[in-house]
Amino acid sequence: MADVQTSNPESNFAKAVKEGLVAAALALGLFLLIVGFRTDQNIRNELVLNQRWGLLAIFVLVAGIGRFLLTAYVTPWNAARALSKRTVAAKEAKEQSAFRKSFPKIGLALLFVYPFLVIGTLALYNGSMMGGLQGSLKYVDNFGIQILIYVMLAWGLNIVIGLAGLLDLGYVAFYAVGAYSYALLSSHFGLSFWLLLPMAGIFAALWGIVLGFPVLRLRGDYLAIVTLAFGEIIRLVLINWTVVTKGTFGISGIAKATLFGIPFTPGPGGFANLLGLPNSGVYYKIFLYYLILLLALLTAWVTIRLRRMPIGRAWEALREDEIACRSLGINTTTTKLTAFATGAMFGGFAGSFFAARQGFVSPESFVFLESAIILAIVVLGGMGSLVGIAIAAAVMIGGTELLRELEFLKHIFGNDFTPELYRMLLFGLAMIVVMVWKPRGFVGNREPSAFLHKRKLVSSEFTKEGHG
Amino acid sequence: MVSEVQKNNNAILRVERLSMKFGGLIAINDLNFEAKRGAITALIGPNGAGKTTVFNCITGFYKPTEGMLTMTRQNGEEYLLERMADFVITKKAKVARTFQNIRLFSGLTVLENLLVAQHNPLMLSSGYTILGLLGFPTYKKAAADAIEKARFWLEKINLVDRADDPAGDLPYGAQRRLEIARAMCTEPELLCLDEPAAGLNARESAELNKLLLDIRDETGTSILLIEHDMSVVMEISDHVVVLEYGTKISDGTPDSVKNDPKVIAAYLGVEDEEIVEMLEQAEAAGVDDLTAAVDLMSSEAIHELEETHPDAAAVSLVTTGPARPAKPAAAKKQSVAKLARTTASTATGTSEAKPAAKKTPVKAAPAKAEPAKPVATRPAAPKKAAPAAAAPAAAKKPAPKAPAKAAASASQIKAGATANALAAPRGGKADRLIDIKGIGPVNERKLNEHGIFHFDQIASWKKADVIAAEAYLAFDGRIAREDWIGQAKAMAKASQKKPAPKKSGGAE
Repeated sequence: MADVQTSNPESNFAKAVKEGLVAAALALGLFLLIVGFRTDQNIRNELVLNQRWGLLAIFVLVAGIGRFLLTAYVTPWNAARALSKRTVAAKEAKEQSAFRKSFPKIGLALLFVYPFLVIGTLALYNGSMMGGLQGSLKYVDNFGIQILIYVMLAWGLNIVIGLAGLLDLGYVAFYAVGAYSYALLSSHFGLSFWLLLPMAGIFAALWGIVLGFPVLRLRGDYLAIVTLAFGEIIRLVLINWTVVTKGTFGISGIAKATLFGIPFTPGPGGFANLLGLPNSGVYYKIFLYYLILLLALLTAWVTIRLRRMPIGRAWEALREDEIACRSLGINTTTTKLTAFATGAMFGGFAGSFFAARQGFVSPESFVFLESAIILAIVVLGGMGSLVGIAIAAAVMIGGTELLRELEFLKHIFGNDFTPELYRMLLFGLAMIVVMVWKPRGFVGNREPSAFLHKRKLVSSEFTKEGHG
Repeated sequence: MVSEVQKNNNAILRVERLSMKFGGLIAINDLNFEAKRGAITALIGPNGAGKTTVFNCITGFYKPTEGMLTMTRQNGEEYLLERMADFVITKKAKVARTFQNIRLFSGLTVLENLLVAQHNPLMLSSGYTILGLLGFPTYKKAAADAIEKARFWLEKINLVDRADDPAGDLPYGAQRRLEIARAMCTEPELLCLDEPAAGLNARESAELNKLLLDIRDETGTSILLIEHDMSVVMEISDHVVVLEYGTKISDGTPDSVKNDPKVIAAYLGVEDEEIVEMLEQAEAAGVDDLTAAVDLMSSEAIHELEETHPDAAAVSLVTTGPARPAKPAAAKKQSVAKLARTTASTATGTSEAKPAAKKTPVKAAPAKAEPAKPVATRPAAPKKAAPAAAAPAAAKKPAPKAPAKAAASASQIKAGATANALAAPRGGKADRLIDIKGIGPVNERKLNEHGIFHFDQIASWKKADVIAAEAYLAFDGRIAREDWIGQAKAMAKASQKKPAPKKSGGAE
């Protein structure tokens, strides 16, 4: 097969051109009436026929060029890759693992310099420091902070689902508990963010145990349903307990976080004033960026450490086989509860951060869709894999944010086209594509927590998803 | 009780009066045995004898209905296993187990499997995770020790090279060995193995024998073992307990058990060639009815026994076979199935047990004068077991459609029922007794419970019956006052005029 490809690439090219033309012709025939013409009513209520040759041309070109590229480049490339994989599988695997090994470090370094990278680039682009600062707001806040919140939430949920194998569909409830803990305690008692951050985590962990107790005996679908109900109950309590939570109006004017007592306010005593910097809201955003980055890294660090502890191994063993766990003297009750509580705690941290960042919380932010998105990130990333989950969060959340930026789509589809509206459609499409392409998520392989000779990744075909 | 303990202090596990019932099914019935310290005790028996249930009771996966399970540890501590949760039994009483269908953590590596087994000591040394999380050196040392211990066992089971491979990737025999090693990593004093040799080839099975003997001799761990592979049982076990239908039928050294006629009967019934022969004969004779086949077979077996042993004892025992009551067809089918299964189990029986069995079965039974289990009654035994209650009930009924169900309901007829009580409604359909004025749904249910389903039953009530019925319906004089009997007579007549809708199962 390789011979055919290498000996006559020209015939391959000719074949591609032919197939591209056929595809274009087919697309023309198919779309001529569907896309090329459009019936409309004019102002006098008459039926008029609009001709859309431009759009039709785009369809036909996409079909023709797409087919040509597929035949000429993608298919031979795939075949060549499969061939080389077969022949030099070992060598390639080694190279891949070397890249994989350094990937988290590169990613981490990038994350730490990201705000300055953005400011620097924009400052150069705009030609002024101030322009760089203001321009970076969007990238630091909408992309950086937003993605990192989801990364942290997904890493927290990963402990419950990815490690312990307990399908929790109500994770957003703990996020809500953390957010409201901070919002209520700070507005009623004026407690500072740094005191309330751990408290919010502890409250959420307590709620995790409260949820854990009744669902200990449940498995699989039943567990999922009860946790889903739990999430909804928390939200409904927040809506209806108006005396405390102000219901759907939400709690506004929540105190901002401070950098160890230095507030990020304009004027004397503020952060910018103290350091002699020009006034800008971007400092607070950058501060929040580093705060959530550190919180997320704390989650990752704890997860990595816990996996090497007996409790982490017990979680994974629980995911694999609960009965065998009990036969080895592992108390599955406390093991499950610690998984729920640990996962919930990180949800609570993220919640209190969310409240401090927004300055406003309402039950609207804690709907089931949020739980579903977090779960989708965990599943797409590959259950149990921190790097995979981070990538999935960046793709899913960053992707949907990016859709807001795709102004050029308006030029194609007309001015009344709003790309954000297609968010969920694309979200679903991406999930299907990833699940078909990689059924165990981006990173399906499991890294063992201990090794005798050599750390070998455990292929996803052996790991189980857990059943309860 | 204390004196008893001192009496048998070399018993590591005492099972006393153990019973386990699942609803109506009695899986274990009043079982008593002991496992000696430092010995290998084998628990054998035909399929469905309740061996795994005994294991599940010992390891806390089932709570026994009755009985006491006393585990005596080396340091003299005693644990009553029936009162402990499953994981506490492993943790405190030091009883570890393996499973009939391997339960490894297939997604964890071989090494990790062994580390999970050391969960409890590691948990302690990591200060319940908190100290370990903060990086205290005690945990690091404990973790290194745990890996060393895992390596020790990996060397024992010959899997050091594959330590970093996922457990699910191992071949079957290695998985079995790994499961044993994993159980041993919990440092048990009693190791319970549920069919460790199942699915192993001869070489692997020999390796397993060596491993188990090694475990017993080097670590002093006592082993309790369920096994079908007789080469394993007879070769390594010091003591064998044989179960059948949840009761112990034999207990002793492998040799004495091997020659116990009861054991042979339980495992083999009659000699397998005989059964095959009989089945063939039945076929040849063109007996298409299963019942007839069973009759033929059992009478053949008896005949043969009579021929070989014309002493009276055996014959009198055996005659219970043909003198069967009229049984429902279902029971007969069951007995045939049972017979076939016996054949199958005999065929899979091991080479060691077989020759002994061939010589002994017919001879041994009358010689030992064991009236309870003569060899030839073996095929007939299930027939006797056919629900005794069903027989009288079925005799009364004109057209029993579901005999098993009838048997159940017959036993449900409450005390104080009237003379003409039925086990089940005729034709499976009761009359609408509530049509009689004065009988409501509650009373109808009560009447049904007492075997009254039809108008003509009420119509034929005598005075004594009325008194009996009033006793359980808890009202007096009403039956006469409201003239139930008269009403019932009218209703019965009316329903007879119709072309018998009840018998054809038609509705009102």
